[in-house]
Amino acid sequence: MSAALALVARDVRLALRTPAETLTILAFFVIAATLFAFGIGPEPQALARVATGIVWVVALLACLISLDRLFQAEADDGSLDQLVLAPAPLELLVLAKCLAQWLTTALPLVVVSPLVATMLQLSPHGYATLLASLLLGTPSLTLFGAVGAALAVGARKGGALLALIVLPLYVPVLIFAVAAVEASIAGLSPRPHLFLLAGLAVFALTLAPFAASAALRQASE
Amino acid sequence: MNWHRYASPANFKRLSDRLLPWAAGGAALFLAAGVWSGLVVSPADYQQGETVRIMYVHVPAAWMSMFVYANMAVAAAAALVWRHPLAEVAGRAIAPVGAAFTFLCLVTGSLWGKPMWGTWWVWDARLTSVLILFFVYLAYMALNAAFDEPERGARASAVLALVGAINLPVIKFSVDWWNTLHQPASVTRLDAPAIDPSMLAPLLAMAIGFTLFFVAVAFVRIRAELVERRLEALRHARVAGEAAAERT
Amino acid sequence: MMAAFLDMGGYAAFVWPAWLLSAAILVAVSVSSVRRLRALERELAEAEGGRDPHS
Repeated sequence: MSAALALVARDVRLALRTPAETLTILAFFVIAATLFAFGIGPEPQALARVATGIVWVVALLACLISLDRLFQAEADDGSLDQLVLAPAPLELLVLAKCLAQWLTTALPLVVVSPLVATMLQLSPHGYATLLASLLLGTPSLTLFGAVGAALAVGARKGGALLALIVLPLYVPVLIFAVAAVEASIAGLSPRPHLFLLAGLAVFALTLAPFAASAALRQASE
Repeated sequence: MNWHRYASPANFKRLSDRLLPWAAGGAALFLAAGVWSGLVVSPADYQQGETVRIMYVHVPAAWMSMFVYANMAVAAAAALVWRHPLAEVAGRAIAPVGAAFTFLCLVTGSLWGKPMWGTWWVWDARLTSVLILFFVYLAYMALNAAFDEPERGARASAVLALVGAINLPVIKFSVDWWNTLHQPASVTRLDAPAIDPSMLAPLLAMAIGFTLFFVAVAFVRIRAELVERRLEALRHARVAGEAAAERT
Repeated sequence: MMAAFLDMGGYAAFVWPAWLLSAAILVAVSVSSVRRLRALERELAEAEGGRDPHS
């Protein structure tokens, strides 16, 4: 347990010391959302109609592109083998890596999302649910993403392969999250969708550490 | 030396030698029967007219897309638990066949949907799920081919096949949920209409024909993968032998 | 009679492509699989031909 916490602390400290990576992800988030405004046109009604979907899809892609270094850095400098051979269970260490990844990339996205939502004319009734859906949904994105990142360690064509593996797994998260926000904009209760999103997070939490650990074990053989 | 690792491919060769002609012959027989009864004997549907004949290839293709994936998942579990060499190559051998059936299901669904819906693509819950399944097949094949050592690709993609098998029901549920939220007033689903016995015969004949076809092709493709692994091993041995000869 | 069959009640443009594509995919998958197996087996026979099979 303490080994896992130490790993979280180390990764977060590393990310704080070199904030460029986090800032790049945030910049991608804002710029990609801006592109949608150019693609759709500046009419507030047109943008408001698709704002939820754009914020969520772009946040999802930002999570995706932050993944490729998750285990690859360790694989390159050889510390992945130490991680696999460490006395602490690998599943716990994977969970620690995911927590650090979520704190340093997904959480900043959640913080910035209201700004992007404002630019896209999101209905005022949607903000609270948007934040709730991002807080409940991004852990699943990070966890499923960790499985993909672990599988792609050492592969010849990293980035596009990772997207191909991970994006189908992201479909349910996107569906329930957008449904929650749209429900509260329409004046309905977002709770059933948020419950499903939370259930998905629990599902990811139980499945992903084992799958990612299995992938890492065979990668370090 | 793990002798069982070498014994099982030899057994497989014997088994496939014996069963392949039966599977291939049966496939040809049932497919011919399916074509005849599906295109000529069976009547047109009173609602969907002659377009219902697309069902006889669309629905069996949809079944095969799931059946082949189930086979891949079982092979993946066997590959990870027992390190069985046959199971390791099986996934790689049959995945393209499954992807081909999934693609066929999507295209025939589109061809069926155009006269039914008036458009080539509708985000119908079932077609959308099949589309996601197609993406999973693509991811599996890409991951399998992404490593320099084929064994790495086999094991990594086996993990992905199992993750996909657990996730596909969740994805299916979420797509159904999404579809009911956005259900337009009335859309005819691409469904087998209330099945009349005259339609059941070609449907079953095509389904059995597709299944036997898959079995026959799987035998051939797994054999090819085993031969390729043997070639790889020979090449390695030769390189190692040359290196040893240079050192002395 | 034959023309009516080919016309498929006016849906020929949908029914026939669906069946022809099915046929094309089945043929392509089986032919490519058998060809690949033959080529690899030939290669293996050549690779093993030069050596003592019991080594």
